[in-house]
Amino acid sequence: MSTSRIVETLVGLFVALGIVALFFLSLQVSGISQLGGERSYRIYARFENVGGLKVRSPVSMAGVRIGRVGAISIDPQTFQALVELRIDSQFADLPVDTSAKILTSGLLGEQYVGLEAGGADAVLKDGSTLKLTQSALVLENIIGQFLFSKAAEGSGSNAAPAAKP
Amino acid sequence: MNALASLGRRTLDILARMGRATFCLLQILSGLHSVLIRPRLIVAQMYSVGVLSLPIILVSGLFVGMVLGLQGYTTLVDFGAAESLGTVVALSLVRELGPVVAALLYAGRAGSALTAEIGLMKATEQLAGMEMMAVDPVRRVLGPRFVAGVFAVPLLAAIFTAVGILGGYLVGVGLLGVDDGAYWSQMQAKVQWGKDILNGVVLKSVIFGVVANWIAVFEGYDAVPTSAGIGRATTRSVVNTSLAVLGLDFILTALLFGGIR
Repeated sequence: MSTSRIVETLVGLFVALGIVALFFLSLQVSGISQLGGERSYRIYARFENVGGLKVRSPVSMAGVRIGRVGAISIDPQTFQALVELRIDSQFADLPVDTSAKILTSGLLGEQYVGLEAGGADAVLKDGSTLKLTQSALVLENIIGQFLFSKAAEGSGSNAAPAAKP
Repeated sequence: MNALASLGRRTLDILARMGRATFCLLQILSGLHSVLIRPRLIVAQMYSVGVLSLPIILVSGLFVGMVLGLQGYTTLVDFGAAESLGTVVALSLVRELGPVVAALLYAGRAGSALTAEIGLMKATEQLAGMEMMAVDPVRRVLGPRFVAGVFAVPLLAAIFTAVGILGGYLVGVGLLGVDDGAYWSQMQAKVQWGKDILNGVVLKSVIFGVVANWIAVFEGYDAVPTSAGIGRATTRSVVNTSLAVLGLDFILTALLFGGIR
């Protein structure tokens, strides 16, 4: 009787250990806790090009993460990308003239949305749209522009500054 | 001509064995309800296949994680991306190494024991004795072992993965100086619950658990009832489980994590 009791206890311990391991994997490793839970509000921003921005990419201000990208869709009227930013409720008082840029962390790192606060007194509310945005830098476009301006420089002997294409 | 005949006989033998294995699995599955109403038998088997496999799972998980941490660091540091160490360790463990290595270790530690035990029962005519007493050995012997194993393998895989990630943490953060916060935050940013944890650790290891226990139980049940036959059956059990797990892993990875259309 007592040995079977020990066996049962050890098996229970084993199962509990397995479940703890699964919880550890779910909560600590996959970061599922960051998705829900926190209360957030939404603001929208329109970009010409979002580059490699993805859903759940960080939104940061002065280098501090204050939210995540909630959704990326296309605006059917303007054909611009419409990005929904979910900002944590504790950062509630962003000025209305806050500007958004799509930036890259490091040279080849992932892209994120950087917000820069303006000076207005009015604050952004849930569902409002940012006016000032700057698209992602697409490396191919920059190289294309550079080559184009170089070519224009080379062909024109009067060395006029190359017009921006 | 003789070689051709022996090739044909071998092929027929393999086909017959596969047929018997399928029949055995169906028998086990059809007797499941009478296994599940006797949880005591399952608990006793959980002890021998699960609890007794814990030491090897814990130690190998720790060392696999430590090696991943060390090796990943030496590769990543050249690109200035040592902060991604957590992602590398977690993704490789969660998606591949956790379920696969846990299933392989399980086959060596518990599957071989299952095969030998059932084979010896057959050789000493205990299974025949049960049939004489109108006890179905498939329900009384094979069923509880199969069910206990199918429960044990995913738990072992989860423990293996968790310990491995801690082992990578120990080496990466403790010895090599990767930033503590970056290890976890990079991991949390890249590892997804549904896609990686559910598909990797949970789904894969459930499938591996079914396959590993099916092969182990069947090889014992099908063993030639002599000492040499039990030895051969045990070897076949480990070899076939390893091959099946590794082959299935490729198919599952292609299906679950994509890449092949």
